[in-house]
Amino acid sequence: MHGAELLLQTSVWLRLLQGLWVTAWIALVSVGLSVPVGLIVGWLMTSRVRVVRWIMRLYLEFIRIMPQLALLFIAFYGFSRAWGLNLDATAACVVVFVLWGGAELGDLVRGALTSIPRSQYESAQMLGLNPWQTFTHVILPQALRRMLPASVNLATRIVKTTSLAVLLGVVEVIKVGQQIIDANRFQYPDGALWIYGVIFFMYFIVCWPLSIVARRLEQRWNHDD
Amino acid sequence: MNWSFIAQYAPFFANAALMTIYISFFGVLLALAVGLVCAAVESAHVPVLRQIVRVYVELSRNTPLLVQLYFIYFGLPKLGVVLSAQACAIVGLAFLGGSYMAEALRGGFDAVPRVQLESAQMLGLTRIQTLSHVQIPQALSTAIPGVVANVIFLVKESSVVSAIALADVMYVTRDLMGMTYDTYEALTLLIITYLVILLPISIIGTILERRFDYARR
Repeated sequence: MHGAELLLQTSVWLRLLQGLWVTAWIALVSVGLSVPVGLIVGWLMTSRVRVVRWIMRLYLEFIRIMPQLALLFIAFYGFSRAWGLNLDATAACVVVFVLWGGAELGDLVRGALTSIPRSQYESAQMLGLNPWQTFTHVILPQALRRMLPASVNLATRIVKTTSLAVLLGVVEVIKVGQQIIDANRFQYPDGALWIYGVIFFMYFIVCWPLSIVARRLEQRWNHDD
Repeated sequence: MNWSFIAQYAPFFANAALMTIYISFFGVLLALAVGLVCAAVESAHVPVLRQIVRVYVELSRNTPLLVQLYFIYFGLPKLGVVLSAQACAIVGLAFLGGSYMAEALRGGFDAVPRVQLESAQMLGLTRIQTLSHVQIPQALSTAIPGVVANVIFLVKESSVVSAIALADVMYVTRDLMGMTYDTYEALTLLIITYLVILLPISIIGTILERRFDYARR
């Protein structure tokens, strides 16, 4: 029978969507937790203490140069040996994506903060704003504009990287797809083409709008500063 | 730390690194070719091809390499397109990398001001001379940082090819951890291997960036 008929079964779509939900859950939690971690990392990166800046730099460079799959292996297999920290595969994914997203976002926060001229702080002070008002009314609005497009792009990268979870054994959309292909191997031998095609477009439908948002923000905010 | 393990299995990682380098090298080369064609089509505003390139770039940038690889490795044979695992990995990397390279290269070409092209024309330079003496040198200086970042990105992404049974660095690491339970040693070798592959690329990249940064010299 023709493999495309597999896609006429509602159960196939329901299962794939359940798998996609696991993927989306990992991505959402990781992106959500990356924001506070990134803010702290970014703040530490602009610290006056040199040692703190060096440690943060080392952390960022290590995360950047290692493939995400290698980081996943280190967290999944290494942490349990090192500290008896028995992370399940999903938790290992979230930990790695937060460490990675936090480092990258931290660098964006650092870049945005340091790109704001000193005069802005000084003018705010002259106008009688206190440090908190200076931060929320002067610095933050400008910093956000500078980092938001790249941050949305980072979120897209995190969503795409959640696909690696299947290699640690998380039952997410790709694993569900493999199960459907294997279960129907005799009835629909060419199921792989259609199921992987559907998964391909599922990722696309999630990531594409994010890319468009990032591009729009970039175009709109590039003009006025 | 079990040093005899490291001495015993380091050659495994050296071989695996060669596989990673081999796949990435040809993947990057093909990605550059794809990127160059796409960038040329886009900046020359070729009518129909331009739309096709747009669709390709969006598809390739917004889907994960792992899914692309599974589609090429398990899906395409059902259409009669059967490639070896190595060819799949290289084609997958090129499919992903082509769009990234296209964006970096296009950014370079777009950064050359129109005045430059008009001046070159006025000076009587031919189209080819303009390209080789005016456009390419200036485009390179803007494009190189992006291209270098993409090369590093693609080498890192190649870690996924272990999923289609290619004996790269990740594959050997998992294999050894399963066989020997020497997790620390295998992970240490994994980290060292990737550092040995990626640090030189990163350093060469920085040198290239300086070399082609005409504006600041």
